[in-house]
Amino acid sequence: MIEVRGLTKRYGDRVAVNDLSFSVEPGTVTGFLGPNGAGKTTTMRLILGLDSPNAGTVTVAGKRYEDLPNPMREVGALLDAKAVHGGRSAYNHLLCLAQTNNLPKRRVDEVLELVGLTEVAKKRSKGFSLGMGQRLGIAGTLLGDPKVLMFDEPVNGLDPEGILWIRNLMKALAAEGRTVFVSSHLMSEMEHTAEHLIVIGRGQLLADCTMEEFIARSSGQSVRVRTPQAELLAKAVAMAGGDSSYADGALTVQGLNAAQVGDIAFDSGVRLHELTVVRASLEAAFMELTGDSVEYHAAMPVPAVGRN
Amino acid sequence: MAAVVTTGLPPASGRSGLRGVLRSEFTKLKSVRSTYWTLLALLAVSVGLGAVISWATEAHWKNMSPGDQATFDPTQTSLAGMFFLGQLVIVVLGALVLTSEYSTGMIRTSLTAMPRRSVVYEAKALVFAGVALAVTLVASFITFFLGQALLSSTQHQASLSGPGVLRAVIGSAVYVTLCGLFAYAVGSILRHTAGAITAVIGVLFVLPIIVNVLPHAWHDAVVRWLPSSAGDAISATVGHPDHVFSGWGEIIVFAAYVAVLLLVGGWLFRTRDA
Repeated sequence: MIEVRGLTKRYGDRVAVNDLSFSVEPGTVTGFLGPNGAGKTTTMRLILGLDSPNAGTVTVAGKRYEDLPNPMREVGALLDAKAVHGGRSAYNHLLCLAQTNNLPKRRVDEVLELVGLTEVAKKRSKGFSLGMGQRLGIAGTLLGDPKVLMFDEPVNGLDPEGILWIRNLMKALAAEGRTVFVSSHLMSEMEHTAEHLIVIGRGQLLADCTMEEFIARSSGQSVRVRTPQAELLAKAVAMAGGDSSYADGALTVQGLNAAQVGDIAFDSGVRLHELTVVRASLEAAFMELTGDSVEYHAAMPVPAVGRN
Repeated sequence: MAAVVTTGLPPASGRSGLRGVLRSEFTKLKSVRSTYWTLLALLAVSVGLGAVISWATEAHWKNMSPGDQATFDPTQTSLAGMFFLGQLVIVVLGALVLTSEYSTGMIRTSLTAMPRRSVVYEAKALVFAGVALAVTLVASFITFFLGQALLSSTQHQASLSGPGVLRAVIGSAVYVTLCGLFAYAVGSILRHTAGAITAVIGVLFVLPIIVNVLPHAWHDAVVRWLPSSAGDAISATVGHPDHVFSGWGEIIVFAAYVAVLLLVGGWLFRTRDA
């Protein structure tokens, strides 16, 4: 259980986190979403006491992080898998972490086994691939068998197998009743893992709700139609009170459901090659919510992200 | 997938503190190659250079004036390698104790595992000081005995039971260890390896050169307050200039500087964002 109350952090003139309040509950994966520069990493650093806030408080299990008697037994956090000394072996890296919290040596072997790094345990982490480095970082978070786990952008740059592994691990950890708090700017990733969402933009809270609520709150669904008579159908749709737009050889209709669009096409004698309901993805809902709060807008038009 | 909970973790007993972090810092120090290389380099340059200087003195002995022969300090001569090069090496190691954690990002991992920062800061200083003192003591004794063996033909060699000799041999190791702690403290203030090493070398090597070219009266007034004077004073066993404190007196002056810097560095380490 993580509780954030009125948290504010400024770096010089820039406000990174602005009066942020939320709670992260045990037993589910909570996704922490926001565009790049929204303040996700800063918030996590504040939770861990790496930075001190200008205002507000953070508690984990009811205590300030630095007051936890055995921090690694309460919280396992991975902010940056590259934050290791590359000259140290995986085993020794984990050993020196375990020793700070008086955790037994054999726990190091266990977590190495758990993340599948036993064979390279004696190798210096300098030579590790991105995925191996990520596994080493995650092994470190599991050392103390903690009740709360925090991961900052854990799937960044990983191959599909690595992504799947982390996704399943997070679900398994939550299923065991732990608090799992994971940040991402990849909405599609959260869609498969998180049950609860906390969305921020420009350091402020934009949404704190379940995944279903978040999608339902978005603009809803649209219908994609492919037809050789797009112009004719667009007119008919407009007369029936719908909106449509034409792009990439397909007409996207909003304000009417698939049955209505099919009937209109039949009535106006338009031949259809495709009629598909497009459910609003988390991606679209997220873009809509954070559109105004993106830190750095691209100067050039870029193709839409996602799979709409 | 298998449950993540395993049987390997016994319930917590008490609160994590200095003892565990001391063990952790010792593991950190001994699990990277750079530690071995620097400590080996410390031994090699201290003993090697000390031997070369002692050998050169022996070879040159017959050409020295009787006055020079009378004021010759065989103890200080044999220990010279530690002062010319040994302290340079320990400065690098001392600075790296903390700055390497900032350059690799390891500091964020370390402080997540142990957020009580004063404990981390103390443990690092204690482990480094302990290791540095052990190695410099070994270097100091080896270089002393080797030097005296090489100087035997001069009939002027020192023995440990001679006046001030044991103080010089042990005190030199203390001085070099203080140099390392000095670098550790400066490293914690600057959080930058090259910056810390440059600053410390400036104080230990360049400052005395500048002071040496000052007018005599100024030089004599200032020189006792230089950190590097501790090394000259503690290793000397023959003659004692009036314008510096005794050997241990100079060590206390240096230790006071180091203590102040350690306090400042510790305060910054606790209060700054990591």
